[in-house]
Amino acid sequence: MKMMIEGSMGVAYMVMRCRPNVIAAYPITPQTHIVEDLSQFKADGELSGEFINVESEFGAASVVLGAQAAGARAYSATTSQGLLLMGEVLFNMAGMRLPVVITVANRAISAPISIWNDHSDAMVMRDSGWIMLFAEDNQEAADMHPQAYKIGENPEIMLPVMINMDGFILTHAVETVDIPSQKEVDEFLPPYKPEEYLNVENPLTFGNLAEPQWYMETRYKLQETQEDAKALIEKIADEYKGKFGRYHGGLIDTYRMDDAERVFVAMGSIIGTLKDVVDDLRARGEKVGILKIRSFRPFPKEKIREVCGHVKELLVLEKAISFGLGGVLQEELRSTFYGQKHQPKVLGFVLGLGGRDIPPKSLIKLYEVSKGKEISNEFVDLRPEVAPKGSLVTL
Amino acid sequence: MTESTKTKKQKPPVEESLLTCGHRACAGCGEALGAKLVMDAAGPNTIVATSTGCLEVFSTAFPQTAWRMPWIHSLFENSAAVAAGIEAALRNKGKHDINVIAQGGDGGTADIGLGCLSGLLERNQNVLYVCYDNEAYMNTGVQRSGLTPYNARTSTSPSGTESFGNQHQKKNLLGICAAHNIPYAATATVAYPQDLMMKVKKALKIPGAKFLQVHVPCPLGWIHKSELTIEVAKLAVSTGLFPIVEMQYNKVTRTRKIGKDRRPVEDYLKLQGRFKHLFTDTAKDELEKVRQIAQANIEYFGLE
Repeated sequence: MKMMIEGSMGVAYMVMRCRPNVIAAYPITPQTHIVEDLSQFKADGELSGEFINVESEFGAASVVLGAQAAGARAYSATTSQGLLLMGEVLFNMAGMRLPVVITVANRAISAPISIWNDHSDAMVMRDSGWIMLFAEDNQEAADMHPQAYKIGENPEIMLPVMINMDGFILTHAVETVDIPSQKEVDEFLPPYKPEEYLNVENPLTFGNLAEPQWYMETRYKLQETQEDAKALIEKIADEYKGKFGRYHGGLIDTYRMDDAERVFVAMGSIIGTLKDVVDDLRARGEKVGILKIRSFRPFPKEKIREVCGHVKELLVLEKAISFGLGGVLQEELRSTFYGQKHQPKVLGFVLGLGGRDIPPKSLIKLYEVSKGKEISNEFVDLRPEVAPKGSLVTL
Repeated sequence: MTESTKTKKQKPPVEESLLTCGHRACAGCGEALGAKLVMDAAGPNTIVATSTGCLEVFSTAFPQTAWRMPWIHSLFENSAAVAAGIEAALRNKGKHDINVIAQGGDGGTADIGLGCLSGLLERNQNVLYVCYDNEAYMNTGVQRSGLTPYNARTSTSPSGTESFGNQHQKKNLLGICAAHNIPYAATATVAYPQDLMMKVKKALKIPGAKFLQVHVPCPLGWIHKSELTIEVAKLAVSTGLFPIVEMQYNKVTRTRKIGKDRRPVEDYLKLQGRFKHLFTDTAKDELEKVRQIAQANIEYFGLE
């Protein structure tokens, strides 16, 4: 059913359709509306799962870990500081192979405190072993939830999945979202039936101590499974398209890339802005397209190489930075092409941190002025009094 | 020890404990004994969540396990929350007849895990939390915790020319838990196994959140002979330093009286190397303070 609702409510409806047995969450802006909506569904008797109010995000993550280990389907949502506070548990869930799904309403990290959007929070968790997906718009964010459970719960995968959606920009934006019926989602997503769980009929030990003769193998298997998940993410996106008629990409998606020479690379809601920018530039005769990274972990190196055969330059736009190195996505792209026969030039831009607006005119300008230049870690739209000499685009 | 994951268990002989033999605990370990008694009192229809610490380390080195019941360890500070998730999962699936126990040491409970424990107690979820109190971080090498007694020497509260050991009073964990107005909060000790097992059984019959603090001597950390575990545990009670009490809805309902069995604190302290520094001329005032702590306990709970 099509509804004119907030992104958060679209996610809440879709989470409910996934029939989680246990939800635990702690309030933090801009995640709050998701869990408020779920609480209301529970209060109205629509949601059959348990809703557990906890004392912290650390507690929330630990509750869903326990629930999932007991054979339940579990869900949580958070952002920013809350995601950091969950961090220890997130790594633990991946190591214990518990396919929890959490939604992250991406937000900047303190200090200085900022409640506004960027991707710094998710980037901190990039080595956690979680599958990490980024949504472009509210429909995709909603649709990702049944896909995420189906990916994570696959017996060959058994990994937790983090769905990233831009805080405020998506969570608080009202758009049309098509919410499938319960029956349709049930047909797509079967009940969670793990092979092993905490069960008095078959008592097993979870969370053993691994001495040096065992630990490395658990890490090897995590890496191996991340690689295996690549094919499944594609397959389930196709399955979803077959069932619901909607496709937002598999590991990646492309826009007007067929003959593109210069290609924007980005994740999340900025893709929507970029589509308008690319249409404008195309109207002026520019051969430009968009490569959307939908799965950040596993990172789709092969798929990216496959679609970039004719591309001369990649303009990587990212809302995060690894201090002392630079843009994370920019370096992932460089490593993707290192040693390859075809090596597009990778230009790296950092923008939109802490909710800094990203107007189309800035993107058009950076597209124009970056031609023929070598660029790394170029901050876009800095205040002029701080911007270094030679900055390409300032406020 | 038996093979752990992915192997179906044989039906055990009745005399075998649910925390079975062959694990790696030290000789005379009070915590191993305490956990064994708790598990056998709870029975096999129980799921257990355990904090990081000695108990987890000595019992679950992969690919072996000493646990003959469904058992999970996640992190140091979250066994209460993990158990809360297990309880919620069971409830949602309509399995109301399975016991859920969360357990941890004194550090994992009273210090780093206090937030998760408070959340569990506040929500009054149907879980029994058991704290094995050996009064320091033993797994990492005997560092002080919030439950280390006043003047005890540990590796991070050593005695020296300027110090008599731990300068903070033992946190009133029972009081903190009881103040959540839960239906049952109690203390017990490995010195009195029947009392301990009775309390576990009693607690598991009460719906809602329950808390049990079990005093478990650690020969390695307390520096006493391993054959003295039970004697040391008994003296902690008879000196008034570890009161054995039951509380319901934040009211004391039952206590183990000491009466004429009362012993001077020195009898308890002298058996343990962690209090050795209190038996010098310069420590007389400090020894008196320990006497006062015991006296205050006895008066507060009416143990005479």
